[in-house]
Amino acid sequence: MNTTSSGGRRIGFVVGLVVILSGFAYLLYGGIGENLVYFVTPTELLEKGESAYDAPVRLGGQVAPGTVRWDAEALDLRFAITDGQKTIEVHSTGAPPQMFRDGIGVIVEGRLTREGIFESTNLMVKHSNEYRPPAEGHPPSEMYRSLIREGES
Amino acid sequence: MISTLGFGTIAVALALSVYGAVAAVVGVRTRRPELVQSASLAAYVNFGLLAIANLAMVYALVVHDFSVSYVAQVGSRSTPLFITIISLWSALEGSILFWGLVLAAYTAAAVYVHRNHPGPLVPYATAAMLSVGAFFYMLLVGPANPFEAVWPVPPDGPGPNPLLQNHILMAVHPPLLYLGYVGMTVPFAFAIGALLSGELDATWIRMTRRWTVTAWIFLSLAIVAGMWWSYEVLGWAGYWAWDPVENASFMPWLTATAFLHSVMVQERREMLRVWNLSLIVSTFLLTILGTFLTRSGIVQSVHAFTQGTIGYYFIAFIAVGLVFSLILLTGRGAELRSPGNLDSALSRETVFFFNNLILTAFTFTVLLGTLYPIVAEALRGVKVSVGAPFYNKMTLPLCMALLFLLGVGPALPWRRAEPDVLRRKLVIPGVAFLAVAGASLALGLRQPYTILTFGFAAFVLCVTLGEFAAGARARMRAHGESALVALGRLINANRRRYGGYIAHLGVVSMAVGIAASSTFQSTRDVTLRPGQSVRAGRYDVRFDQLWAQNEPHRFVVGADLTVLIEGREVGRLAPRLNFYGDRDEPITTPAVRTRPDEDLYINLMAFERDGSSATFQIIIEPMVVWIWIGGGIIGLGGLVAVLPGRRRREVAVAADTYPVAAGKGGDV
Repeated sequence: MNTTSSGGRRIGFVVGLVVILSGFAYLLYGGIGENLVYFVTPTELLEKGESAYDAPVRLGGQVAPGTVRWDAEALDLRFAITDGQKTIEVHSTGAPPQMFRDGIGVIVEGRLTREGIFESTNLMVKHSNEYRPPAEGHPPSEMYRSLIREGES
Repeated sequence: MISTLGFGTIAVALALSVYGAVAAVVGVRTRRPELVQSASLAAYVNFGLLAIANLAMVYALVVHDFSVSYVAQVGSRSTPLFITIISLWSALEGSILFWGLVLAAYTAAAVYVHRNHPGPLVPYATAAMLSVGAFFYMLLVGPANPFEAVWPVPPDGPGPNPLLQNHILMAVHPPLLYLGYVGMTVPFAFAIGALLSGELDATWIRMTRRWTVTAWIFLSLAIVAGMWWSYEVLGWAGYWAWDPVENASFMPWLTATAFLHSVMVQERREMLRVWNLSLIVSTFLLTILGTFLTRSGIVQSVHAFTQGTIGYYFIAFIAVGLVFSLILLTGRGAELRSPGNLDSALSRETVFFFNNLILTAFTFTVLLGTLYPIVAEALRGVKVSVGAPFYNKMTLPLCMALLFLLGVGPALPWRRAEPDVLRRKLVIPGVAFLAVAGASLALGLRQPYTILTFGFAAFVLCVTLGEFAAGARARMRAHGESALVALGRLINANRRRYGGYIAHLGVVSMAVGIAASSTFQSTRDVTLRPGQSVRAGRYDVRFDQLWAQNEPHRFVVGADLTVLIEGREVGRLAPRLNFYGDRDEPITTPAVRTRPDEDLYINLMAFERDGSSATFQIIIEPMVVWIWIGGGIIGLGGLVAVLPGRRRREVAVAADTYPVAAGKGGDV
């Protein structure tokens, strides 16, 4: 093998590599732009005005107390999510996460419809790693005591 | 008392690491072997010190000594003994302490095994390992000190994170992960040693091959154990969410896997020197990046990160490691030019080259997806997440290409393939590919990636099993051995190659499991009253009763379910909700019935307080178990490749290549 052909091959190789890599980089750049999901609070979402509708977002906040309506037979869940200032009504089908209840931190994925209702495709409860004592007088072992079977502690 | 002992041992270890790193370098430069000796001694002593510190922490946890800050943070008198012991790695400080022990163990072992290797390579590598050690011990005496004294001493603690208490796999996953992560320090240190000493041939690669494969086995098993944990505990019947924490363990695995393949090219053909050095440096830095991502809180929020200081230490360490490695690499530029040359595009070298290209592209994709939200939040102040569609869109084509190469690679010889031979070797696998892909189409499958995965699985299976069969048949003919003996001796005679092929079979098993379970998963939510049953797939699931019970460290609400197939009872399942320490957020504990063909996976989602009804999520997911089995096979393949073969040892000693042999053979 003479040196010129080896050198030519090397250049061709490098050029090919650069073409492949830049093509891949272009794909990456386009791919990530299309698949970003923004995380917003109810206030931020409503401030967006026209662009708030029908765009996929993750909406974070607390379940507004007294708003949860859960139809266990139809597996239909409605509640309002709030950040303390603004509130948005959320609709979701399927079972809610375990022990979904008033005041808990949630993240809903979905989009805001023209009717002003947030249609959720995915509902997650925010698990906090920090220890929070249960509300006064309501530890689970008290609330669900009646479920303990006879003859067991 | 324990605080003082623990802190003291770590402080001494830090001092010894700094001393040892300096002594090793000065000793080599000034040709004073006694200085190098003292650095080795520092590595051995450090192992003892870290063992003492870890034992002290375990002791403090077990006796509930809440005057130690880490115990006050994760301990609790009601936690069972076993979980108390493993809570050593349940939070930041303890896991860095455990990391320090693993690193000290690897360092001492590597220094010991290679102590008789002549030349400056090992002392430089020792200095590199001790420097990494110094960084972690510095964390332990500074921002991540687990031994801080607490006053006044609290009477009890909150216990470890409930998610970590809820499943036995949490006893397994973190140690495996650390053994994998930290093990990559050894080949990295030898790469740095090679650059500093100028011994740029494949010596450092041969010496560290067993270390790298060992770390890679642990990392592979850790990733699969993490997937399994996610499946069994998190209640979503999934095993991979492209979560930053998962990505953190996956990225170094990708580059390490690329490295395991590309080093063979250097060993055989003396090509890809710079590439191999870059790969192992990247792998090491990605393990540190992974720890940074998982432990600094930056993934949750940039703000959580800036509240703590430990993140800055990691960033500084990564930056120093990157700059230092780059300077060394560019400084050796001319000497690193490869003497070898590619002979033909149709060769195993080419396949390895593409394998590396794809694995690198894969790593970049995951890295971009993982870091993008962090950068976006830091620069633009918006919170975004990169969805799974991005990863799937980008990486599925790469996965298909990798599966294809998995089949082609073993069929191609080094240097140059004769097209005729290749065609003959690939006819049957090609037919198998067409048959399986065609059958999938005929059965109504329309997802292109699933069809391709099944087809390539058949392709790879044929090529790989063909390699085993051809080798065994040749032995049977040549030595008159029986089929099983021939197969065993074949593998034993070339453990590295056939270990690799076994790992390939594991990858195929995983690929099929992932493709089938993600394509054919079906979910159904249903609310039932006691005595009612519901049809799901071929099962009838009957809800018998709701119950609750007190356990020492938790309160449990569960549902008894009976599973029937065609009216015949085939099993009982009891999905539960576990409430730890009276937190009112329960930890879900799904009940899973695992069979080779499919899993029946049931969550208890909600219930009426009087037990009159309960809501369940019933998920049917085919072939999930083959993912875990595949993980096991990958580990087994690695083990075959790493264990010393009896027949090969003499050769190895003569060539002074393999670590074990080098240690034992030095006196010969």
